[in-house]
Amino acid sequence: MQTEIAPSDTDKHLHDARRLQIKTIPFLLLSVVLGPLGNVLLGKGMKQVGSFRQVTAADLLPFIERTFSSPWLWVGIGCLISFFVVQMLLLTWADYSYVQPASALSYATVAVLGYLLLGEVVSPLRWTGIAIICCGVLIVGRTSPRSTGAI
Amino acid sequence: MLQVILFFFIVVAGTGGELCISRAMKGIGEIHDFRPRSLIRFVGRALCLRWTWAGIFLMSLGFFSLVAILSFDEVTFVVPFSALSYVVGALGARVMLGEKITQHRWIGIAAVTLGVVLVWWSRG
Repeated sequence: MQTEIAPSDTDKHLHDARRLQIKTIPFLLLSVVLGPLGNVLLGKGMKQVGSFRQVTAADLLPFIERTFSSPWLWVGIGCLISFFVVQMLLLTWADYSYVQPASALSYATVAVLGYLLLGEVVSPLRWTGIAIICCGVLIVGRTSPRSTGAI
Repeated sequence: MLQVILFFFIVVAGTGGELCISRAMKGIGEIHDFRPRSLIRFVGRALCLRWTWAGIFLMSLGFFSLVAILSFDEVTFVVPFSALSYVVGALGARVMLGEKITQHRWIGIAAVTLGVVLVWWSRG
């Protein structure tokens, strides 16, 4: 006769960590696309508006008006609001110290989007830095997404 | 000088805001239902929390600093440099949210920081 063995606390912990990792990955992928896309579109909008450094006190209001009349800026803001909601959802079950480093994958997306959409030059050293950031993200991604319960 | 002040707001105010949002989300607890109506209810519930508004205020400060700096610097430089907030964020998460940060997680964060320094050097 077989007796049922209750899963140990370690098994439960591993199972929970695995379940959370599987649940977290699609949300992280969504956030690493939406965040950088929003930033790049903001960059594109602000480049059309002109440099903030040359703005005097008298030019401030026209500068703000010009800024908020840029369609690129509004599409960028839309992407960033969606990114914000996805991050909020992630933080209901995952640690901040897990979500933030894992979101650093977005630096690769930023470099690619900046290169493709804005024609920015990305040097080999900057690519190396971005590759190391991605390695760090992979290491963080191997840890359990949650170390605390709900407050 | 303006660049330094704006970077300070991007890193410190931005991270402080995210920590406040994280505190609010931990209060709500794990979300299992992702249907549109449930998501709207979730956002509405989050907007009733003081921590959320404190987070939105601080993140807005970081956001407008980002918008200002993007008008005169390259996005591929500005955004990776703001990754310094990961170190500030990890310390904040430990102190403010009581998260247990394992050795592996610290190593990962250290790698992210090293990557950020390389990105900074690449500017020259």
